[in-house]
Amino acid sequence: MAGMVEPLALYIHWPFCLSKCPYCDFNSHVRERIDQGRFAAALLAELRFEAERVGRRPLASIFFGGGTPSLMAPETAAALIAEAFALFDPLPGCEVTLEANPTSVEAAKLREFRAAGVNRLSLGVQSLDAAALAFLGRRHSAGEAVAALETGREIFPRLSFDLIYARPGQAEAAWRAEVRQALTLAADHLSLYQLTIEPGTKFATEHARGAFALPGDDEAAALYAATVEEAAGFGLAPYEVSNYAQPGAESRHNLAYWRYGDYLGIGPGAHQRLLLGGEMLAFRRHRAPEEWAGLVEAQGHGVTGCETLTPQDRAREALLMGLRLAEGVDPARVAVRAGMPMAAALDGEMVRACEEAGYLEWQGGRLCATAEGRMRLDAMLPRILR
Amino acid sequence: MTDTPLHLIRNFSIIAHIDHGKSTLADRLIQTTGTVAARDMKEQLLDNMEIERERGITIKAQTVRIDYPAKDGNTYVLNLMDTPGHVDFAYEVSRSLAACEGSLLVVDASQGVEAQTLANVYQAMDANHEIVPVLNKIDLPAAEPDRVKQQIEDVIGLDASDAVMISAKTGLNIEGVLEAIVTRLPPPTGDASKTLTALLVDSWYDAYLGVVVLVRVRDGHLKKGMKVRMMSNGATHTVEQVGVFRPKMVQVEALGPGEMGYITAAIKTVADTNVGDTVTDERNPATVALPGFKPSIPVVWCGLYPVDADDFEKLRESLGKLRLNDSSFHFEAEHSAALGMGYRCGFLGLLHLEIVQERLSREFDLDLIATAPSVVYKIRRTNGTLEELHNPADMPDPSLIEEIEEPWIKATIMVPDEYLGSILTLCSERRGQQVELTYVGSRAMAVYRLPLNEVVFDFYDRLKSVSRGYASFDYSIDGYEAGDLVKIGILVNAEPVDALSFMAHRSQADRRGRSICEKLKELIPRQLFKIPIQAAIGGRVIARETISAMSKDVTAKCYGGDISRKRKLLDKQKEGKKRMRQFGKVEIPQSAFIAALKMDA
Repeated sequence: MAGMVEPLALYIHWPFCLSKCPYCDFNSHVRERIDQGRFAAALLAELRFEAERVGRRPLASIFFGGGTPSLMAPETAAALIAEAFALFDPLPGCEVTLEANPTSVEAAKLREFRAAGVNRLSLGVQSLDAAALAFLGRRHSAGEAVAALETGREIFPRLSFDLIYARPGQAEAAWRAEVRQALTLAADHLSLYQLTIEPGTKFATEHARGAFALPGDDEAAALYAATVEEAAGFGLAPYEVSNYAQPGAESRHNLAYWRYGDYLGIGPGAHQRLLLGGEMLAFRRHRAPEEWAGLVEAQGHGVTGCETLTPQDRAREALLMGLRLAEGVDPARVAVRAGMPMAAALDGEMVRACEEAGYLEWQGGRLCATAEGRMRLDAMLPRILR
Repeated sequence: MTDTPLHLIRNFSIIAHIDHGKSTLADRLIQTTGTVAARDMKEQLLDNMEIERERGITIKAQTVRIDYPAKDGNTYVLNLMDTPGHVDFAYEVSRSLAACEGSLLVVDASQGVEAQTLANVYQAMDANHEIVPVLNKIDLPAAEPDRVKQQIEDVIGLDASDAVMISAKTGLNIEGVLEAIVTRLPPPTGDASKTLTALLVDSWYDAYLGVVVLVRVRDGHLKKGMKVRMMSNGATHTVEQVGVFRPKMVQVEALGPGEMGYITAAIKTVADTNVGDTVTDERNPATVALPGFKPSIPVVWCGLYPVDADDFEKLRESLGKLRLNDSSFHFEAEHSAALGMGYRCGFLGLLHLEIVQERLSREFDLDLIATAPSVVYKIRRTNGTLEELHNPADMPDPSLIEEIEEPWIKATIMVPDEYLGSILTLCSERRGQQVELTYVGSRAMAVYRLPLNEVVFDFYDRLKSVSRGYASFDYSIDGYEAGDLVKIGILVNAEPVDALSFMAHRSQADRRGRSICEKLKELIPRQLFKIPIQAAIGGRVIARETISAMSKDVTAKCYGGDISRKRKLLDKQKEGKKRMRQFGKVEIPQSAFIAALKMDA
């Protein structure tokens, strides 16, 4: 790996939504009117600024996330894709993903996004159950979701969608039925997330108040096991904690995060990791859309902070991301990305204890969390990291 | 105001169960005689310490001198001795009683006689006291004075026909109490011409005066400026102040025979002033000390550890300060693998333990963990040597032990008939031997011999719960006996946790071992690995529980924008690990230990 030029992953953040979902803690904002032109221009400007900083590099993927990027004008997406392809060297089959919600309004624009260069669609379906969709504050119906999935599969070469499980009172049998239905509609990729209560969300307030209770750890574990089993029945393997794909259909863009690769992040609040001149730089951008745009207009970029990460921090990040993957981590790659030997970042005794417990294993020189280990990763990390 | 003729002095104490009105009556006596100006009156004048006031118990003996112009035209000096009202301080009580000639037995006219009253009244009888029964709270609708009088006669064998009927709360017939003191209690005896002998009743530390010593003069005079000698240890001191309590300290020139008061003599710590000692004249010492002196010996020990290891030094200082004023409690440094540096502390009993612990947290702002209380065992080794064991963790290898002796108590339990069955079951579960079972009206009185160890372990709580709070309980130490005792060690993840080990009778070992394993299973949160918890006698496991591994703990969504936050969270978690106790690959939050120990105490 050393000596090879690290390809780039480009993340573009569209910070607006029609409404805020009660579980979501992402950087999303609801506005009555959005100045599409201003944000398109600011995103393009920031993209050019970052291209200047990193220089010409192979580009492996683009990901439009949010927010709800399907609310973006398709021509903005087109302009950004064209600009990125001009500034960098897109690799063959460069993956261009767009997140979309399955409302009919957005579904209507899908063909235009395809024409703009998007080749992978990620639909925020969340559930195929009407009551669950209401609980989750979604603006689409189950019927719309199914229709959007069908349209999406026709239009895009690749398609993924999200579901949220371990909802209040959700029985294993009901979830198995729901996920099985989803799998029949799926193409080659699915993201299946356990519902988590994030601080600062509407759910956090309601949950603290006792408005609803989540399944306990044992139930959540059983639901997870059921999920893995059902997905396997349709040939989808959990290549990451919450992501399932047919071999080769993994999200290339997200793999860049988990493999601790270089990624640019433009748009409000977007994060960025770049290894430049032997230093790992972590950038933060202004989270408020208008302020961010103002900064870009004034200085060419919306960066509000840049931290040079220590080798220890880099090793921790590489491991906390890498061990989420079934493929695990390659010590040689971690050493390159962290600037220190992987073994020096780990507590050898605890690693052995985790191996004995069946949570970690070595596979062809790679350190991998087993299925059992991945389910307990958050508890394992503080123990195995020095 | 000294050298009062003996026939005009009355020294008396008040015997009462908690809440039967002792402190209120004392307040009224002080108030009625104008000893304290009305504007200076506050509730429970004699109970100085905050804890004493809150709990309505007296820890230190105190006196108050009252001038009472009686109906016979004489003005009497009445010395009220307020005694510690708990079995833990039985020896201190006996010394206070030895300083008086008579007692008022105060009984709640609706509640009747309680176990604690009995023990104290017997002590007063042992001290040859004249006893005047006083029925309090006779104004309450539930009062049954005739029934209670009968009970006093039946249970105690005291003639209660002339019992003084009062309401301390409303002040009803306080005069009657004062007259009874003068007419029915005997005056003290003593000889002013003999050399000084004075009983050391109690002592406490005062930041300005040094140790204040409470004394009762038997013979001779105690004067300011004289050199006195403590007969138990030969220490000499020059008397700086002589005085009486009204109840504030008032200096006098001298105290004569029969009188009560205090001296100060630049004494640094109460450890130099032993309760029960005899104070005599250094230049002309008495040859025979007053009878009854016993050094105080702790019967219950436990480890006290600071929750925050940085507080160890503060704990040391605080214990030192407490001991300035309480020589009956002992401490020595010890180290526990689970809890770090701390002290093994010895107490007169469970209440004493609780009071010291509470004072440490309240007056010295210390957050403490207390290990399970343990009694003092006597261990006879196979090589013939005898040693005392204060901490189960220090027990020698069983192969080196010939025999282990444990302390026994004689317990008196009074309980309404309907709960007697459960009480008897409880006592026999705790290896009790019935000595006596009698009925007093609808109340039963059970006298049992019990191993102290069985009482230290949650006996009092169980007693209260099986009797719905109606049982009253008192005990006295009743010698040592050999028993089939074993040390039960607790292993977490196969490693012994010294702070949790305890002694038990072999017949109780399985049950106790199982119970603590079950508790720990509930208290220790599930972790990355499964954790075996075992109770073992030596190498033999007698109980086992397993805390299963946590089933799921992983962030569902983790992408490029989450990485900084996740890393910082990880740093925080690593920091949090420092507050955990490490048991091999298992970390146990200190809070789990604290909870386990609390449940056991």
